[in-house]
Amino acid sequence: MESILKGRVHKFGDNINTDYIIAGKYTKTLDFATLAEHVFEDIAPGFAKKVLPGDIVAAGRNFGCGSSREQAPIAIKHAGIGAILAKSYARIFFRNAINQGIPAFLCDTGEIEEGDSLLVDLEKNVVELPDRGKIIPLSPLSPVMLDILREGGLVAYLKKNGTYLLSR
Amino acid sequence: MGKTAAEKIVSAHVHEEVKTGDFVIADVDLAMIHDTTGPIAIKAFEEYGRKRVWNPSKMVIVLDHATPSPNERISNLHTLLRRFASSQGIPLFDAGEGVCHQLVVEQGLVAPGGLAVGADSHTCTYGALNVFAFGIGSTDMSGVMLTGKLWLRVPGTMKVEFRGAMPEGTCAKDLMLHLIGKIGSDGADYLALSFCGETVRGMSLSERMTLSNMAIECGAKAGLMEADEKTFAHLKALGGPVPRPLWDDDDADFASQVAIDASAIPPQVSRPHSVDSVVPVTEVTGTEIHQAYIGTCTNGRLEDLRIAARVLAGRRISGNCRLSVCPPSRKVLKEALAEGIIAQLVEAGATLLPPGCGPCPGTHLGVPGDGEKVISTANRNFKGRMGNNKAEIYLASPATCAASALEGKIADPRKYLRS
Repeated sequence: MESILKGRVHKFGDNINTDYIIAGKYTKTLDFATLAEHVFEDIAPGFAKKVLPGDIVAAGRNFGCGSSREQAPIAIKHAGIGAILAKSYARIFFRNAINQGIPAFLCDTGEIEEGDSLLVDLEKNVVELPDRGKIIPLSPLSPVMLDILREGGLVAYLKKNGTYLLSR
Repeated sequence: MGKTAAEKIVSAHVHEEVKTGDFVIADVDLAMIHDTTGPIAIKAFEEYGRKRVWNPSKMVIVLDHATPSPNERISNLHTLLRRFASSQGIPLFDAGEGVCHQLVVEQGLVAPGGLAVGADSHTCTYGALNVFAFGIGSTDMSGVMLTGKLWLRVPGTMKVEFRGAMPEGTCAKDLMLHLIGKIGSDGADYLALSFCGETVRGMSLSERMTLSNMAIECGAKAGLMEADEKTFAHLKALGGPVPRPLWDDDDADFASQVAIDASAIPPQVSRPHSVDSVVPVTEVTGTEIHQAYIGTCTNGRLEDLRIAARVLAGRRISGNCRLSVCPPSRKVLKEALAEGIIAQLVEAGATLLPPGCGPCPGTHLGVPGDGEKVISTANRNFKGRMGNNKAEIYLASPATCAASALEGKIADPRKYLRS
């Protein structure tokens, strides 16, 4: 994982559920490119066509609530989104995103706006909005999630370690 | 300081005493996948290069989300799941057997004090049997398939007490919609709910499952209940795993406590497009609807069909409204047939669908048209949920859905239940 992630912001509100990220009718496939074509379709028509590689999703509270469908973070990843920022995540989605190797972090996204150029600095643990001179602290990930993310996802983590490693 | 049920059950699966907030690696007693989430879990599992899952007898595969298959793409995913089950020796419930959560409970695959995971968010349903059960994603499931374990953070507990007797016409669904409306769709994020109180003790297992099923709709990880004679009577007939019931100590450190007077709760309706947008039915009566749906892991069981039949028997649904009924398992279907309930529903104008999940997540059958309004016994009403983002979904009890089908408008079920 890069220690600095840069991208343009796509802003979403609170309670964006996994049905909105990828509708149930598209979930029945192992062709992940087709998931990406329909990402956010029900709440942001045409989203998939607007995304540039490395773009960043910034959302409000409870991002990814609802279904456990991992097709949701898979669709986000395959659409080219480089990172997700949210005020809070629904539990299952948060795990799924990290398991897919998507940098998903917690921070106060209230001042981040659609179209902002944004920089996530994982050395300093901050989000920077250079155009507006704002710096927003990131809440730390739990050590196990950080370890999984550093390996690029859970499959790579388990291939390397064979099991879960926790330091308590 | 005492302990919560969540702390006790997780401790038993970590083999040491743990407390809220601890990060732990827990043993899993049952792991369930289905036809939406299973293929991705299998694909991830195959990347580990290990031939066998950790314990095929602790897994179950259910084909329920699009069954019988509507197209060749889904048929091929079903074939993939059947082949995996067969090669691994994992029990599989094929198309038409029913909805995964109903089958896990009906077949006695979980027991009090157990820890179960499913690649489906409504796995929390088994909390009604005192099982610490929760949904996980497909890749987490691949890790369970590999190791038989899962890392987790021990959740705090929100104690939810229901007091008093439910009034005539009020169902378990109404209590749960009321709670979700009160605390919001992230009101219990990262917490376990512990349901208690005389109302819950008085409920059947089926009603309790309706409460636990929707724990995820306020963000909860689990929706636990105390095991009692009803739980044990259900399990005794099935001979599943050994029950090791565990419950909250009175002096446990609860994150929060909510008390609700069930006797004061009239039928409730959740409005589009958010489950926590809940009002008493009287605030939305008269809203035109085009389709009513009675089924799902929330509210399709025998008692649900029974109360729907009480409303519908001898009457005929509105000519402006369709009604679909989908029993959540073959067993429920057979029992409802034997009781004459299915005949009553069909004579009233209902269309009977094969046991499964399809219409609820919009994966198969019953897709509403543009601008149509649906009233459903399901657990989610997000925009697009039933397959069309230009439709609107209201959620309610089976009684309210049946009454609404009669009138072609959202209707108060109480007037049809007085006789």
